Amino acid sequence: MDDLLIKNGRLIDPANSMDAKMDILVSKDKIVTIAPKISAKAKTTIDANKLWVTPGLIDIHVHFREPGYEYKETIESGSKSAAAGGFTSVVAMANTNPVNDCAQVTEFILEKANNTAVINVHTVGAVTKGIKGEALAEIGEMAKAGVVALSDDGKCLMNPGLLRDAMEYASMFDLVILEHAEDQSLCGKWSINEGRTSNRLGLVGAPAAGEDSIIARDITLSKYLNIPIHFCHVSTAGSVDLIRQAKKQGVLVTAEATPHHFTLTEDAVGSYDTNCKMAPPLRSKSDVTAIIGGLMDGTIDCIATDHAPHNVVEKEVEFDCAAFGIVGLETAVPLAMSLVNDGHMKPSDLIGSLSSKPAKTLNLSGGSLDIGSQADITIIDPELEWIVEPSKFATKGRNTPFGGKRMRGRAVVTIVKGRVVYKFNGKDIDSDE
Amino acid sequence: MEDLTPEDISQILNTSKLMKGISERDVKKAPTLRGKTIINMFAEPSTRTRTSFEIAGKRLSADVINISTSGSSMSKGESLKDMVANLEAMRPDLIVVRHKSDGAPAMISRWTNCTVVNAGDGRHEHPTQSLLDMMTILESKRKLEGLNVVIFGDIKNSRVARSNMIGMKKMGMNITVCGPKTMLPLYVEEMADNVTTSLADAVVGADVIMALRIQTERLEKAKFPNAREYSRLFGLTLSHLKKAKHNAIVLHPGPINQGIEISPEVVEGQWSVVLDQVTNGVAVRMATLYLLLGAGLQKTE
Repeated sequence: MDDLLIKNGRLIDPANSMDAKMDILVSKDKIVTIAPKISAKAKTTIDANKLWVTPGLIDIHVHFREPGYEYKETIESGSKSAAAGGFTSVVAMANTNPVNDCAQVTEFILEKANNTAVINVHTVGAVTKGIKGEALAEIGEMAKAGVVALSDDGKCLMNPGLLRDAMEYASMFDLVILEHAEDQSLCGKWSINEGRTSNRLGLVGAPAAGEDSIIARDITLSKYLNIPIHFCHVSTAGSVDLIRQAKKQGVLVTAEATPHHFTLTEDAVGSYDTNCKMAPPLRSKSDVTAIIGGLMDGTIDCIATDHAPHNVVEKEVEFDCAAFGIVGLETAVPLAMSLVNDGHMKPSDLIGSLSSKPAKTLNLSGGSLDIGSQADITIIDPELEWIVEPSKFATKGRNTPFGGKRMRGRAVVTIVKGRVVYKFNGKDIDSDE
Repeated sequence: MEDLTPEDISQILNTSKLMKGISERDVKKAPTLRGKTIINMFAEPSTRTRTSFEIAGKRLSADVINISTSGSSMSKGESLKDMVANLEAMRPDLIVVRHKSDGAPAMISRWTNCTVVNAGDGRHEHPTQSLLDMMTILESKRKLEGLNVVIFGDIKNSRVARSNMIGMKKMGMNITVCGPKTMLPLYVEEMADNVTTSLADAVVGADVIMALRIQTERLEKAKFPNAREYSRLFGLTLSHLKKAKHNAIVLHPGPINQGIEISPEVVEGQWSVVLDQVTNGVAVRMATLYLLLGAGLQKTE
């Protein structure tokens, strides 16, 4: 008898141009059959009537804080948060302590992931030693240890000469660099976007030009070297325009945007709400519109959360002292679904930006429901309404601007390697035989 | 000033006038706030504002306690929230907050049940300064509405400028701001009636000229080549005053960098109301404390 049968769902698999009512049969950890009506018996049967059955979602930008900041998050708690949000694979950033800039740290992280994570946890390696932007990290050794990309995320690679070396060197190992675009000299010690809100609150603002100028610089290098580069958390209209033009010219650039950057504007900061402090900052209405436009026409390839858990003591402080970042894994699906509900994107395009396209961007396995592939599957209830309660999050972080907000849509079952690793407790949709 | 209505501002200014009377008496004390405890929490160096608040509280018979960065746990790594919780446990009635971080008073007011008064936060606001400026103008001009006021200097980094732009606009004044382009924020034209980088143009027909201190401590990097060039381009001199109205007055929130933003002859002249500002500061703070504690209004400003 096979292990898992998912019946009656709307199967959305952009990589295979599939959007139809299909059953899906899993044996052990592999997808074995996809057909309109499967009558085989399985140990577990899930009735997915009125639900979406999609490839396991992939988030290529999370911070899991281990090693070094286990009080904020661990690989285990982060992986459970990912599962609760419908993600079956994530890519963890390198700004741990010690920084993941050598094979030993990479091996530690991957072993921890292997032993404690409920989903597939990949990791990037740092581009430079200690993320200091001075000397290259041991990229070749880390490639051998299994990093899937390189990034100094949290800090911009400010030295263009070093960036060129890093791009060329990394290309030997087919590792793409994920750029955190923020010109430190233009931006200074900022807290929010430079604009009307920073005027009102007196806070130091980061100009949009501080992001645009780095993106323009990196596109120039990528074009010149013919080596790909990926832009993390794009937040400005200018960046979207630059990336759109670059793609038209065939430059090998890819980009991601976070749910908060296509949902909230700088107005959300209100009266110094530190849960609206993140890097890059929330921008203006026209930037939000441009990000949505970028997702609609494919200029922005992926939705990534930049899940950045912090302890409450790092957020309940003076605004300029508060830590940057918010948790995102458990609110990403409904926020992304609003792009469908508001008529901006088709369901298959949205799912593509959360599965097949991130997989393609970093050359990861998964992101599609191929016969014979690892059974990483997400089941989404597109209509389920629920209220965000940070105290019930699986992540250790409570830092979200969406606490108390009503959401529509969420992942209700998350399956990794054929095993159900998360089931939304409000809904009893499976029947064990 | 953002939270105050024009009526609130008028009420505070009218009350300040009454309070000023107490300071003119031989026995400078009224029993109004007897039994009330006020904590002056100053997490940034300040002499005049702290003293002004302290005198204001004492003239109204409140018990006033001062805490400053050097003599408190703020330097021992305790979080601001914890510190406020500890202060609150001692049951003060009002906390006056001066802080280098924008928004610290607003945050503190969310963390405590007692009344919080903003005595200047970062680059954000300095409401009692704006109120004392308007009181001083009112004393000299008998009105605020329709007056031409010029605020010049580091508009971008000045909480005094920000509070005055907001407050004076609410009172119907015609505001011109002037400063080097590097010290004017984006969208400044939405905050003032006129914006210019020429001080000579700005002062034409002015009723009120307000100089701002060049705050070297708030400037991360040079926004102008040096003090000499700044004083030549943006220093207020007697020749500027000739272009203003004949009875124009000159304000400065202090401390003054003489010879940089303002020349010594201007500071010493009959148009200077700088010391009236300091006197009125006590009155405005007395009025603020009285209205918030004595009259039972509960709000943060």
